[in-house]
Amino acid sequence: MHFEYRVQGGDFVRAGQASSQVKKILKQLNVASQIIKRIVVALYEGEVNIVAHAFQGKIYVDIETDKVRVVLDDVGPGIPDIEMAMRPGFSTASPIVREMGFGAGMGLPNIKENTDKMKISSVVGVGTRLEFVVNLKE
Amino acid sequence: MKIAELVKAVEGNVICCHENLQREVEYAFASDLMSDVLTVQVDKLVLLTGLANMQAVRTAEMSDIPAVVFVRNKTVSEDMIKLAQDNGIVLIESPYTLFRVSGVLFSMGLKPVY
Repeated sequence: MHFEYRVQGGDFVRAGQASSQVKKILKQLNVASQIIKRIVVALYEGEVNIVAHAFQGKIYVDIETDKVRVVLDDVGPGIPDIEMAMRPGFSTASPIVREMGFGAGMGLPNIKENTDKMKISSVVGVGTRLEFVVNLKE
Repeated sequence: MKIAELVKAVEGNVICCHENLQREVEYAFASDLMSDVLTVQVDKLVLLTGLANMQAVRTAEMSDIPAVVFVRNKTVSEDMIKLAQDNGIVLIESPYTLFRVSGVLFSMGLKPVY
């Protein structure tokens, strides 16, 4: 099953709507709640990253029998130093993002923690692609 | 502890989802930092926060948090109530500070996560 969602940069009221819909789909498919939580926490962090840092983005979700693959593709400033961005506590978030309860530099490390595979690629001035996979079976 | 007992202890005003007041909570986590809340793995958790915006309710939704206490009379918006209703999340307003709510609930036996 394949799903696609559009995400608008800066729109903090709608941030999380895609993750919310994916959660409902996974529940309907009777995926174990602990696994749903890992997927949607990672997805929500990624969705908030697009809202916080990019102009716009798209989320592609593929649900297979044994795993869920997610790609978050954004048009935005890109990440100059991915290794630095992965470091817990490092953040370039604006004060507005911080007021929303994010921007503490915990997002990417938390995505890594909740997923079985994770990859980021980025071109400065163009955008960022985050891909992750969560296995549905332990 | 039942959510209903917790409401009483913090002089809480239940904004929505009264039907879930009999659900049990075992842990509490006090934070205004939602990325911190999203790292918590335990279930039966109540979130105590001064952050009254959509992201607090979204975070509860993603983390399967059954109840959120907004401290110091923060106002809960219509959008937040609607999202909470869709997910059965109990929203509670308390006049107490984050420190006092935490202290009261800790002394009643709610457990810290770490």
